[in-house]
Amino acid sequence: MNQYEHEKLHQQHIKRMKSEKRMVIFYQTIIFLCFFIIWEMASSLKWIDPLLFSSPQKIILLFIEKLQDGSLLSHISVTLFETVMGFILGTLLGTWLAAFLWWFPKMAKILDPYLVILNAMPKVALGPILIVALGPGFTSIIAMGAIISVIITTIVVYTAFKDVDSNYVKVLQTFQATKWQVFKEAILPSSFSTIISTLKVNVGLSWVGVIVGEFLVSSKGLGYMIIYGFQVFNFTLVLLSLLVIAILATLMYQLVDFLEKKLIRNLE
Amino acid sequence: MSPLLSIKEISHVYFTKESIFHALQDVSFSVKEGEFVSILGPSGCGKTTLLSIISGLVTPTQGTVLINESEVCSKHSSIGYMLQQDYLFPWKTIKQNVLLGLNILHDKRKESINNALNLLNEMGLSKVEDAYPRQLSGGMRQRAALARTLATNPSVLLLDEPFSALDYQTKLKLENLVVKTLKEYDKTAILVTHDIEESIAMSDRIILLSKQPGRIAKNFTVPQELKTLTPFQARRHPLFPSLFHSIWKELEALESV
Repeated sequence: MNQYEHEKLHQQHIKRMKSEKRMVIFYQTIIFLCFFIIWEMASSLKWIDPLLFSSPQKIILLFIEKLQDGSLLSHISVTLFETVMGFILGTLLGTWLAAFLWWFPKMAKILDPYLVILNAMPKVALGPILIVALGPGFTSIIAMGAIISVIITTIVVYTAFKDVDSNYVKVLQTFQATKWQVFKEAILPSSFSTIISTLKVNVGLSWVGVIVGEFLVSSKGLGYMIIYGFQVFNFTLVLLSLLVIAILATLMYQLVDFLEKKLIRNLE
Repeated sequence: MSPLLSIKEISHVYFTKESIFHALQDVSFSVKEGEFVSILGPSGCGKTTLLSIISGLVTPTQGTVLINESEVCSKHSSIGYMLQQDYLFPWKTIKQNVLLGLNILHDKRKESINNALNLLNEMGLSKVEDAYPRQLSGGMRQRAALARTLATNPSVLLLDEPFSALDYQTKLKLENLVVKTLKEYDKTAILVTHDIEESIAMSDRIILLSKQPGRIAKNFTVPQELKTLTPFQARRHPLFPSLFHSIWKELEALESV
């Protein structure tokens, strides 16, 4: 085979890859469209209860209405702010706690069963206590978003800290590194990829915490929109909030995923 | 002249819940300045433990280690330790890795940094100083690790089977480079290995350790003719096989016990 034939084969290969990708996107679009078309049909033909399941058309109309009176954007911004804060606080606090446990191994041994209990406990059950303690405002909602991810972050990151190859520590110790230097030069950077992958998990968890928090107290936010819609039996509003949450949570996850790829490139 | 390094009656015992493991017993020897000593023994004879004790990372159950008449502890900067694998930090460039020791010691003097960069150059790594370790071959990585160890200018260098993870050709080249560099900087070194050829080719003196507990079984002095040669040339010298043979016989005897 000569150079020309190789190139031809390569071109064919690229073509095949492209057509496969097109096929995947095509079917994904079909599923997307079918879902909404069948939903709309089922609702207008009364196969399903339109009061309960609403219809895409009604949701879009409500979406436009809420967008125009500005209420949707203000709800979105409140929830988004709470979620991002909860997620960042949860991750930072969890990493900080993990560092604390690493620094004091005896403390880690003593606290081990309590961590297990705290991790097993459904954190949203703490909601009422948080609200009474911190007041029925966005502080307690952010606390919910953070508390739900803090313990699991602590456990995962602490395990990563412990699993760092002890020979890296040995290298530093032969240079008389202090404990802080060992942490800064070896422990933290080796666990960086684990910390970032907990971010991905925490995005989802913080949404749960914040939405439940809003169910309980707030007068703003997407969680509030769901509860309000439920109380006045406006399920179009409930479904609209649900769709908005799904889109925002996906976007946030993709953003973290993008960050992960950017940051981890140099860490093997 | 008093020795640079003296190891006095070192014994070390590891405890686990179920057992007591006697790693080293009554190990004493001393090393003169500029000398290259190999510690040879079967695996599990406590070689790595001995190096950890000499470096001050592990406190022995009994005995003392003196460098220049003063006791070692982990707050001592005169020991460099090179491990079996390079353990270069993957998130640092080669240059950052080599300067790691100086940074840890807060040594910002120009001459120290220049000395470290000079080492990098001598190891033939100046072209890749901004590359990351994963972009380098095994031999290059181990050379970078050597430069990192020497950068803090230690008076004693401990080598824990540093060539065992390399292919044969790379190993031979690196042996030459290490011996040349150590002679040039007049360094004292202790090499731990289970490779008889390597110990003969590189060192001035060979200490044979027995197994469980590790104690000194025999001392061999490498003949002057071999000492002056590079490791590669030494391997081809007529005196090489006979020394190899006598060490081999001793090791066999130790293992059959």
